[in-house]
Amino acid sequence: MLKDITLGQYFPGNSLLHKLDPRMKLILTLLYIVTIFFANNLITVAILTLAAFLLVPLGQIPMKTVLKSLKPLRWIILFTTVLNLFWVKDGKQLVDFYFIDIYSGGIVYAASMALRVTALLAGTTLLISYTTSPIALTDGLEQMLSPLKKIKVPVHEFAMMMTIALRFIPTLIEETDKIMSAQKARGADFETGSLLSRAKALIPIFIPLFVSAIRRADDLATAMECRCYHGGTGRTRMNRLHYSLRDLFALLCFLLFMAGIIALRWAPLPAFLGI
Amino acid sequence: MPFIETKNLSFTYTDEDDPQPVLHEVSLSFEKGEFVAILGRNGSGKSTFAKLLNLVLEATDGTITIDGKSVHAELSEAEIIDLRKKVGMVFQNPDNQLVATVVEEDVAFGPENLGIEPAEIRRRVDEALEIVGMTDYARHAPHKLSGGQKQRIAIAGVIAMLPDCILFDESTAMLDPRGRAEVMETVEKLNREQGITVLLITHNMDEAVRADRVVVIDDGRVQMDGTPREVFAKVDELFALGLAVPQATELAARLELSGVPLTPVEGADAVENWFNT
Repeated sequence: MLKDITLGQYFPGNSLLHKLDPRMKLILTLLYIVTIFFANNLITVAILTLAAFLLVPLGQIPMKTVLKSLKPLRWIILFTTVLNLFWVKDGKQLVDFYFIDIYSGGIVYAASMALRVTALLAGTTLLISYTTSPIALTDGLEQMLSPLKKIKVPVHEFAMMMTIALRFIPTLIEETDKIMSAQKARGADFETGSLLSRAKALIPIFIPLFVSAIRRADDLATAMECRCYHGGTGRTRMNRLHYSLRDLFALLCFLLFMAGIIALRWAPLPAFLGI
Repeated sequence: MPFIETKNLSFTYTDEDDPQPVLHEVSLSFEKGEFVAILGRNGSGKSTFAKLLNLVLEATDGTITIDGKSVHAELSEAEIIDLRKKVGMVFQNPDNQLVATVVEEDVAFGPENLGIEPAEIRRRVDEALEIVGMTDYARHAPHKLSGGQKQRIAIAGVIAMLPDCILFDESTAMLDPRGRAEVMETVEKLNREQGITVLLITHNMDEAVRADRVVVIDDGRVQMDGTPREVFAKVDELFALGLAVPQATELAARLELSGVPLTPVEGADAVENWFNT
């Protein structure tokens, strides 16, 4: 039952987006977020959203999967849209019906807000979550943040913890499954009863799980020590990440795009579209 | 000079109210290239012995010498790492000794800790995976492998550090018969082809028979030490120590007890007699 759980939203593949260096993807994501906040016009926000969706075929990810990931956001989008629609009182008044006043500025603002949130989520998930495996992401973060070691930030230790967590999540899930079966075989009931009694029924699962996890941690610590682990100092890596021409190309393309969006701030666009 | 030598090695678990002596004056020596099985029932002190040789625990009394260097409390971290590198260890639970989420990354873990150049690590990882026959699984996730395969990856992780000796601490105890066969085959191959000294801690007699030498530890003391033939001949003593003997040996012993002759000459005579009567 718990077997088919997946970590994060990683969608294995071999596309251009998958092949980019994880560090480059992190940089691009940051730049993308910055660009979204630079966009001051409904048209530029729309272009940004469109650009995010252009990444879908580039990453060879089914559109359906992407739309599904946006689904939990629909209430937030709806809420901000409605709020902006009634609260912003700029531009021409379009509706005046008792307490409902809608201005043209409100519509533009609401639409661009909805697009901004969509772009933010679609862009970041496409660049990072869907096309980068958690392992690559950990490696990327470790190498990117390694200069912070100089000011005593335990970057290596955090990366090691992440790796070990990723390694043991499937193992612990399997174990949970086994413990649940064992408790069921003794007549434990997890499905019926009030919420409280169902929560109580989970105690006989969690206690053995914790005990075993602690035992595993102890074993693993000994095993790591035996394999000469002594922290991050003097440690080398077999696979170091290298930026390739592809990464440089992606960065250049993005910088051009970003420059274009920022330039549009001063473009003679219809004033009523401004936000 | 023996590769590993212990003299009067004692160890007591220090629990304030209730110190637990585990090993009493164990003096053993192992030559380079030897394949030694260390037998003993649960709680006999055999795992503690292994942890002492790998410097995970520190002896209460007595000395250990590994490759001419003596082990003592004042060793620097670099010296400890250098000794640990020589004596690798494979544990019982295959799940609890794999660190990375990709097989080859896990094999690289040891050499990475030693600060070896990336190109050399790559070479060692490929070679280690080749030796244990897991090259095809280099990019797999460890949790999807069988117990025997995981254990072979753990072995590869140790081989990649180029040790002189590998300690197997009941490494087959949690495996199914097939996984056990895979691991034992790898262990024998390492010993015969790579010349690695193997210390195999086990309570499986059929594995112990395959060693050059069998050491029996009970109650923290060395009880027997000899070739499998010598040790397993003492069936009564082994039973008294709570150990079984290999099935073939047990059969032979029981046949002997019930008066069935065992040497070829005696057997031939018996057959002849049987035909004549």
